[in-house]
Amino acid sequence: MKSSVITFPGSNCDRDMDVALKKFGFKNKMVWHNDAELPKSDLIVLPGGFSYGDYLRCGSMASKSKIMKSVVNFANSGGMVMGICNGFQILVETGLVPGVLLRNKYLEFICRNVFVKINNKSNNYFNNIKNDVLEFHIAHNEGNYFCTKDQLKEIEDNEQVAINYCDENGRIEEQFNPNGSIKNIAGIFNIEKNVLGMMPHPERMIDNCLSGEDGSIFFNNLINNLK
Amino acid sequence: MKISVVITLKKDVLDPQGKVIHQTLDGMGFEDVNEVRQGKYFEIDTKENDPKKAKDKVEEMCKKLLANLVIENYKIVDLK
Repeated sequence: MKSSVITFPGSNCDRDMDVALKKFGFKNKMVWHNDAELPKSDLIVLPGGFSYGDYLRCGSMASKSKIMKSVVNFANSGGMVMGICNGFQILVETGLVPGVLLRNKYLEFICRNVFVKINNKSNNYFNNIKNDVLEFHIAHNEGNYFCTKDQLKEIEDNEQVAINYCDENGRIEEQFNPNGSIKNIAGIFNIEKNVLGMMPHPERMIDNCLSGEDGSIFFNNLINNLK
Repeated sequence: MKISVVITLKKDVLDPQGKVIHQTLDGMGFEDVNEVRQGKYFEIDTKENDPKKAKDKVEEMCKKLLANLVIENYKIVDLK
């Protein structure tokens, strides 16, 4: 399986993602934002970081960069595109997934582990995964998911909510919502479910020496689904 | 010609920064304030000298980059 990670000026989780993808068997290539063409890939990842210094709105500049035209075309033809953290912010700015990510409700940068409940497994990202709840890491200042009432209805009708913030038992309640996101939403799909944007970082949970193995569950499952 | 644009958050979008500014103003003794909403201001100097064309171009810039229309409104406030 071939993957590509896009590096924007200010990306800082691109190499972590490269390590994670390779660990679970992907042949990964790093792609510079100013390139026009994507290498042949089964999965494109937009990594976390602070692309363009978060100027104007997080992800807004990166969403207009040269490579993104190819990424949008790849996604629109059914290709798998996953955006993590800043990558999620870039995805919403391209319009590939609905909504926006506002500043965290309590105005603080949040850096800690959270639990997320998988809301929809009928897709290549979570199909066959045994767990309902995964422990991932979040590190963001703008992760407060927001959308209009009409959009929310559409998102729910089309089962586009991927994961919600919850406790270790999978209870989705306001007290387990770290950043003020509508309905504890931590990740969203496009309608076809080939594009996934999420704030948590699975690539930070791929080794017990770091902080856990739930990211390993995610990546192992992902590559098996793509084979 | 120079064009000024103001971008504001839509009414139903939470503005925690505006809230904190409001609280701080309150603490400083400005107790008459009902609400504070924080926005963005741009000055764009363009080679286009036709006001109608310049305004249309800036509107396009607002829609495509300067504002995110899910949460923000834009207003062209000055042309000269």
